[in-house]
Amino acid sequence: MEHFANLFVRAVFLENMALAFFLGMCSFLACSKKVETALGLGVAVVFVQVLTVPLNNLILRYLLAEGALGWISPAFASIDLTFLAFILFISTIAAAVQVVEMAIERFAPGLYSTLGVFLPLIAVNCVILAGSLFMQERDYTFAESVVFGAGSGLGFAIAIVAMAAVREKMRYSHVPDGLKGLGITFVTAGLMSLAFMMFSGIQL
Amino acid sequence: MADRESTRYTIGFAAVVCVVCALVVAVAAVGLRSQQEANALAFRQKNVLLAAGLVEPDETRSDRELEQLFDRHVETRLVELESGRYEEGGRIDPRTYNQRRARNDPALSRAAPPNEAKVARLPTYGGVFLIRDGTGDKTVRQVVLPIEGIGMWGTIYGLLAVDRDGKTIRGLTFYDQKETPGLGGEISNPKWQALWVGRHAFDANWTPKLTVIKGRAGPPEQDPHRVDAISGATITSNAVSRLIGFWLSDAGYGPYLRRFREGGNG
Amino acid sequence: MSMLDTAWSPAARKTLLTPILANNPIAVQVLGICSALAVTTRMDKAIVMGIGVTLVAMLANLAVSLVRNHTPNSIRIIVQLAIIASLVIMVDQILKAYLYELSLELSVFVGLIITNCIVMGRAEGYAMQNPPWPSLLDGVGNGLGYALVLILVAFVRELTGAGKVLGFTVLPLAQDGGWYVGNGLMLLAPSALFIVALLIWALRTWMPELQEKD
Repeated sequence: MEHFANLFVRAVFLENMALAFFLGMCSFLACSKKVETALGLGVAVVFVQVLTVPLNNLILRYLLAEGALGWISPAFASIDLTFLAFILFISTIAAAVQVVEMAIERFAPGLYSTLGVFLPLIAVNCVILAGSLFMQERDYTFAESVVFGAGSGLGFAIAIVAMAAVREKMRYSHVPDGLKGLGITFVTAGLMSLAFMMFSGIQL
Repeated sequence: MADRESTRYTIGFAAVVCVVCALVVAVAAVGLRSQQEANALAFRQKNVLLAAGLVEPDETRSDRELEQLFDRHVETRLVELESGRYEEGGRIDPRTYNQRRARNDPALSRAAPPNEAKVARLPTYGGVFLIRDGTGDKTVRQVVLPIEGIGMWGTIYGLLAVDRDGKTIRGLTFYDQKETPGLGGEISNPKWQALWVGRHAFDANWTPKLTVIKGRAGPPEQDPHRVDAISGATITSNAVSRLIGFWLSDAGYGPYLRRFREGGNG
Repeated sequence: MSMLDTAWSPAARKTLLTPILANNPIAVQVLGICSALAVTTRMDKAIVMGIGVTLVAMLANLAVSLVRNHTPNSIRIIVQLAIIASLVIMVDQILKAYLYELSLELSVFVGLIITNCIVMGRAEGYAMQNPPWPSLLDGVGNGLGYALVLILVAFVRELTGAGKVLGFTVLPLAQDGGWYVGNGLMLLAPSALFIVALLIWALRTWMPELQEKD
């Protein structure tokens, strides 16, 4: 249990996708003008992340890894298809996002109107693919990948909502013309990232 | 031309794209595989030679030279960690044995006992690299052991060279780590690694005893069990001393090292 | 007009050159920053990453443009993704075969070229509407624009943080017996954001028409 709690906290704070690895920066900058939008995107990322990281874990484990095909027939046991990981991961993500989008539209139209617009964006969000790639690089087990998916998604959500809150306040500040908009957002993200570094070294 | 939006055309088009992409990917992957495996092997050989002090850190040598040097000086063996005996069955080829993969394979590993280095799983077999002087003399001069443990940001992988007396550190390298650059990342700095050389990993009763301290440790002859920590990187420095302690303890290569120093060549 | 004249017409040159500076994908269009910042601690990493993205952008644009008149609209995004992913796998495999140690350090960031907004953005936004040759130039231009910013940021970070340029010591570090005390902040990730912000500031002061009105 301790192990999972540790993994979760690491994924949320220490290895924050947005502020420690700068992943998903495009949407991090583009969708952080308002807290409401940021929250929508954040929730969508958590949702998709929890779904795709474990899914890709299963794909890796039972289809791609060396010897993974052994369950079909021992003759396949020596096949190593890990080089296909990128393409299968991204396809899974695209498909999962599509399915989620259709499901939400059909069963929860209210949620769809707030979340729906973000879902297509998410398929090409680096955070999602990075979640699966980190899972592969760090050899997470299935349970670990669920925890990691939830943690990394939540970390991104927290970061983008915090960013949006700062940007809403910043409308009242006097920013040099050249730095307005994008420039000052970069500086803010940098400072937030420094603040997040204080979590480094925390182990439960 | 067929109707571009018809279902049949769409499926057909998707199939063609799949086949073409698969072909490109497969050609690249299969065509380059042998080169990649050679790289992985050369990388490992280079790091073993570095740890053993047979190659200097700033020296550039071609892969071929490194391979010749490796073949002349180094013998790769597998050790059953629990008993400390060499694996004699020949079931696994030590040269292609992948310890990292074995560690995650339930059939080739077990859960590690609770330890300070936060090592979660232990492989049944650990690789050892026996270093000879390369003149045909059968005496093993030192042995290089793979070590790993959790640092501040992720797993630190390294190699530790131990003298044939079974306790003196002859070399240390880290080839894969994600510590903070400039602070903890300095564990990759050869200058810091050199501080470990000559220290004693065990006390008189053969209990692992080697720690990092803040401040300055004396020269190895006077201060054999202490090494300077990297300033500003206490967590990483402690992690390094713990992981070395763990791999030299009975849970790690301890049983093997005991046989190694008692039986001469193990 | 001969083939060569068409290939290097002023319009073609413009397609190639605009994205490098005036319409730089990172500094102006805010695309592709995701993977850009983690690989800029050293120049060699930045250069390899820049070459990788340029190659992928070029070939992806070419391939997407070649099949643009045959691609069913409903599956065009996934077709683009498949093409890009295959090219990225190729780059990854080549890196592993010829630049092994660098590929270990770049780790997941090579894979993340797939979701690099520049590549996707140019494939969808340019190559889908334009013939192969301009598309290829557009890919190269955007890739180089990306590489330029990456290399610039990496140059500043490596020099001020580690006292080196491309691995060669320029300012000998105090911990190695020299006189220069490295700026630790420059080795940490946030510094990349500050440097890009300064770059944007400089660019927008020079070209005020790029400034944002709030």
